[in-house]
Amino acid sequence: MGLRLEHVTYQYSTGTAYEIKALDDVNLEIKDGQFLGIIGHTGSGKSTLVQHLNGLLKATSGTIYFNDENIYADGYDLKGLRTKVGMVFQYPEHQLFETTVFADVCFGPKNQGLPEEEIKKRAEEALEAVGFPKAQYDASPFELSGGQKRRVAIAGVLAMHPQILILDEPTAGLDPAGRNEILDLIKSLHDKKGDTIILVSHSMEDVANYVDRILVMDKGRPRYDGTPREVFRHYKDLEEIGLAAPEVTYVMHDLKKAGFPVDVDCTTVEEAKEEILRVFRAKQAENN
Amino acid sequence: MKDVKEKKQHDNIIEAIDLSHEYVQRDEEGNVERILTAVDHVDLDVWPGQFISILGHNGSGKSTLAKHLNALLAPTGGSLYVDGKDAAKEENILPIRKTAGMVFQNPDNQIIASVVEEDVGFGPENIGVPTDEIWERVEKSLKSVGMWEYRKHSPNKLSGGQKQRVAIAGVMAMEPKCIVLDEPTAMLDPDGRKEVLAAVHELNKKKGVTIILITHYMEEVVGSDYVYVMDQGKVVMRGQPREIFSDVDKLKSFRLDVPQVTLLGHELREAGLDIPEGILTRQELVEALRMAAGED
Repeated sequence: MGLRLEHVTYQYSTGTAYEIKALDDVNLEIKDGQFLGIIGHTGSGKSTLVQHLNGLLKATSGTIYFNDENIYADGYDLKGLRTKVGMVFQYPEHQLFETTVFADVCFGPKNQGLPEEEIKKRAEEALEAVGFPKAQYDASPFELSGGQKRRVAIAGVLAMHPQILILDEPTAGLDPAGRNEILDLIKSLHDKKGDTIILVSHSMEDVANYVDRILVMDKGRPRYDGTPREVFRHYKDLEEIGLAAPEVTYVMHDLKKAGFPVDVDCTTVEEAKEEILRVFRAKQAENN
Repeated sequence: MKDVKEKKQHDNIIEAIDLSHEYVQRDEEGNVERILTAVDHVDLDVWPGQFISILGHNGSGKSTLAKHLNALLAPTGGSLYVDGKDAAKEENILPIRKTAGMVFQNPDNQIIASVVEEDVGFGPENIGVPTDEIWERVEKSLKSVGMWEYRKHSPNKLSGGQKQRVAIAGVMAMEPKCIVLDEPTAMLDPDGRKEVLAAVHELNKKKGVTIILITHYMEEVVGSDYVYVMDQGKVVMRGQPREIFSDVDKLKSFRLDVPQVTLLGHELREAGLDIPEGILTRQELVEALRMAAGED
């Protein structure tokens, strides 16, 4: 189950001098319950890729299976797919438009044609899941702070009960605390409800801290696919394609060069701290 | 650190004393519904050629403050002098805008022409600079941000970082003494962010342009001469980057953070290693750990 892409290619301006393969023969499987991070330079194809996953863009060639069903088959319910694979776009708060927060979150399930009671129940659950205070349900979405607006926008997608949640740069423009709050929220959706999450991000630190698996896109193709430790081991290659490893990974390499016997694969501050302390303790034990 | 000459008040390029800005919300009858103090008795003093950063969470008042520095907003309390000119006086609005150029978050909202060099020439043309001089300025400005080779390109084919550098060149062509950048990298990828930061530092060092950088990214602040931290419209911390980043917990209480290297140093210190607070770079951390290991 989950999503499977077979030989997916997406081409712009076919037959002209500007022909570009935004996706080039992509094969990929995303299993249920994964927390996948997609990173890549601007123009690497990462946004194009995720827009295929819920049928917003149609591949020039190749096939996509959702729960083992070909989404390009005749008669496949693409509208239904868009509620099952929920997409939170960049700056999703620009898409808020209703007069109250609650009405805005109701919009998605209403469009799904659900009964009134169910719509309300889902909206309440979604707002609760994103930690939005009940007292403000009747507030205008435009009066809220940036972080709160974004929560409401995410709740709007959650209310449709997607099986897979895709977030394209969900922390862009937020302050550090706001970034952590949104990422913690996404992580808790994954941990508590077992949702499949796909996070498109520019921040190597964020993907290292939160995801289980990283897909690196370059020129329309997956370049690396693995755990943060595995992927960031290739930090020199990543630099060549306009990316980098988290800062702490570089610290570990610098320490190794300076003669500390550290494991250089650390990708989070926590891991790096434990590793450095381990080396210091070992040294102390040796000296005693 | 660059040499900083002895501070003289009248030399300051920006001088704010008790600067305040209140947004007044009125109902349909014109009665005051509520007053929001976005900037609350702020003192700033910036010397020519300094690189200043202003940190603060969303809604802390830093953008409102920035809009005063080039007279997009007028103070509702206190006083502000930009290059010695009183920002409360209407006749000073245009001179202040020429002194302090402004770069905003979204490059797509700032670029208007269909060719890069024409976009950069738009500002000087508007203030009646003679044609020959316009082209000289366009060349100088585009070279100063490393975008000269793109002069004939269409801006909409450029990357975010390149567009933002064109926007900065457009401001440079006005020959301002000071550039205020309001979260110029918020919408860019890591490469774009590096490009823009490098261009801004270059202008500061080579051309002596005073820089006021407003940002959420802690790493971008490390190379500044001085940092102001804002919260609820007030300046709550001020100092050199090392002083500011030495207080991790305080910054977190203002919804901010420290660079990853600084955080790692802080955590190691908390765990008992003998290293100083306020580590700013990888080299410093490695050096500190070497010292700590040697002493054991």
